[in-house]
Amino acid sequence: MSNTAMMEFPGVTAPQGLPRLLGPGGADLPEHLRTHGPLPHQGALIEEIEAAGLTGRGGAGFPTAVKLAAVARQPGSKVAVGNGAESEPASHKDKQLLWLAPHLVLDGLQLAAAAVGARRACLYLHRHDQLRRRLTDALAERAAAGWDRVAVELVTAPPRFLAGEESALASRIGGGLARPRFKRPPVYERGAGGAPTLVQNVETLAHLALIARHGAPWFRQVGTAAEPGSVIVTAHRADGVTVVREVPAGLPLGGLLGRAPAQAVLVGGYHGTWIPVQQAARLPLANAALRPLGAAVGAGVLAALPPDRCGLAETARVLRYLAAESAGQCGPCLNGLPRIATAFAVLARPGADRRCLDDLERWAGLVTGRGACHHPDGTVRLVRSALAAFSAETGRHLRGRCAADPAAAPFLPVPGSGYAAPSARRDWR
Amino acid sequence: MDTYLRVDPTACSGHGLCAELLPERITLDEWGYPIISAEPISPALRAHARRAVTDCPALALLLERTG
Amino acid sequence: MSGITQSTALWYASRATGAVCLVLFTAVALLGILVNRQGRLPGLPRFAVTGLHRSLSLVAVVFLVIHVLTAIADSYVSIRLAAAIIPFTSSYEPVQIGLGAIALDLIAALIVTSLLRARIGRRLWRGVHWLAYAAFPVSVLHSVTSAADLRSGYLLGLTIACVLSVVAATGCRIVVARRAASTPLTVGGGFIDDRLLEKGATR
Repeated sequence: MSNTAMMEFPGVTAPQGLPRLLGPGGADLPEHLRTHGPLPHQGALIEEIEAAGLTGRGGAGFPTAVKLAAVARQPGSKVAVGNGAESEPASHKDKQLLWLAPHLVLDGLQLAAAAVGARRACLYLHRHDQLRRRLTDALAERAAAGWDRVAVELVTAPPRFLAGEESALASRIGGGLARPRFKRPPVYERGAGGAPTLVQNVETLAHLALIARHGAPWFRQVGTAAEPGSVIVTAHRADGVTVVREVPAGLPLGGLLGRAPAQAVLVGGYHGTWIPVQQAARLPLANAALRPLGAAVGAGVLAALPPDRCGLAETARVLRYLAAESAGQCGPCLNGLPRIATAFAVLARPGADRRCLDDLERWAGLVTGRGACHHPDGTVRLVRSALAAFSAETGRHLRGRCAADPAAAPFLPVPGSGYAAPSARRDWR
Repeated sequence: MDTYLRVDPTACSGHGLCAELLPERITLDEWGYPIISAEPISPALRAHARRAVTDCPALALLLERTG
Repeated sequence: MSGITQSTALWYASRATGAVCLVLFTAVALLGILVNRQGRLPGLPRFAVTGLHRSLSLVAVVFLVIHVLTAIADSYVSIRLAAAIIPFTSSYEPVQIGLGAIALDLIAALIVTSLLRARIGRRLWRGVHWLAYAAFPVSVLHSVTSAADLRSGYLLGLTIACVLSVVAATGCRIVVARRAASTPLTVGGGFIDDRLLEKGATR
């Protein structure tokens, strides 16, 4: 099962404890080589990844070995893509990882490409000049040293929330617009340019690069048995400080969010779930505990809402953004999300009519599962969890009151002034 | 091995023929888009379902066999 | 029947079926635009508009085939079968017959792809179907240049009516589609009126 024919490189030991990905020693290629050793050329990578139990760190949490095997099985030439787009406004971990350890990510991309038989590799990034320069330099170093078997192409993602969605990514890499498509056939069968495409989040690739060097048992030394390994989390603490930290899976949420008082925690970003703080503080960062509550670890985005904010108003701001970011391809999403956003905006003002709640419930039911991607589903998850977590506040709003501080600034990072909703095809390229 | 009727929501523009041709499985939402029930298509309905698939002006419907 | 009378009968048949084709394909084009705009015919279900578009196009093709075959069979003028399919190879009136051949080829492509549409996929079918906007004017040009009687009297009126109706319907389609495309469909961009927020209305 576990292939222990690893190349031993003198002076390189496996990281003990944490950090693993975000530690020092990754800045340039020579330092990366000293810290982690050379790129291993391993035959049975997929088996090793399966033994390690690595799951995707991009949000869906899909078992990585299964994805690799599915793509490897396809006929013809494949494409391997590292997804560093991080389209979630509240998430910063991928940018941080790419900045601190670009070579780990690129190692992972090479290893994944070799494992599935890809002759084309891409790294998908949002527009960010510094980060792009960092990656370009890293790729140049690797090219000079002859490290990469497959040349890596940097592809820019448009600044859209859905740009990082698997089929939107495949479409963009294939030269088209970054809009999701109906998943028949699935992306692993027909993706970028019609070729079977492997899409992996950059953090997943970085873990993969370390598992290939140090093995599955090492990977399992942190985390839980069911959810092994470390996870990079973006935590927006209630005191206003945002922290990107690599933590073991299964760590209690309370430990991640600091000590400032909070009323509720948003778990999983803008397609995630609001959980009241008393419940949230004791929950571990693990799907086993979160799924029964309708939540998931997702891409590790956590936000603790301070008590002086209005949870409904914050959610309304996010919903307005999510509605504007619909790709506009599917009738239910195109029609439903703006209406949901408006109804929630009405609810977010004191003196709202009960009718908004009925409308919200009806529209939530109408859009779920009826889009080509999970944008409507994620939006509805946010809506329903907000209504549950902030039910007391909802009652107050219906009676014409609001317990929040009207002077408090908006808390959740949502693109504000200067944000223009996409309205032309070029906005999706 | 069951047959299911699916719609590609990106292709569908809400013509609504399908709801007329297969009312047993398809209703239209308040915006004119089809809500397709999740039940499999029984052999009795298969001919009607196939007609809905062929007649859809946007070619947005498909029958798929899973199981 | 003597040779000349038989020829005259075929000649008349060809011209008559040609005129019928003009009317039928006009109706098909108008129905096609109606389907695209999700329009309804009074008293008929939605599937009837699509069904009529399809049925009429097949009837029109039957008349088209008779129109072509009678023209070929007519011994008074020499039009080979090949000239009906390959443009501008006819020895008799090469331009007029050539236009007809182009129209025939385009219509053949439309019909074949439409019969196979569930199998060839949306993109290919739609791509070819746009050729309808080429087939119609080419057919009209063929008609007007080939038949002198279309250029005067009530047949001229008929021809003008057909052309004007298709031009008007196409114009409507372009205008409506452009207006739909420019309507912002996002929150804060006009689709959801911010004034609704003031009134508290959510519909």
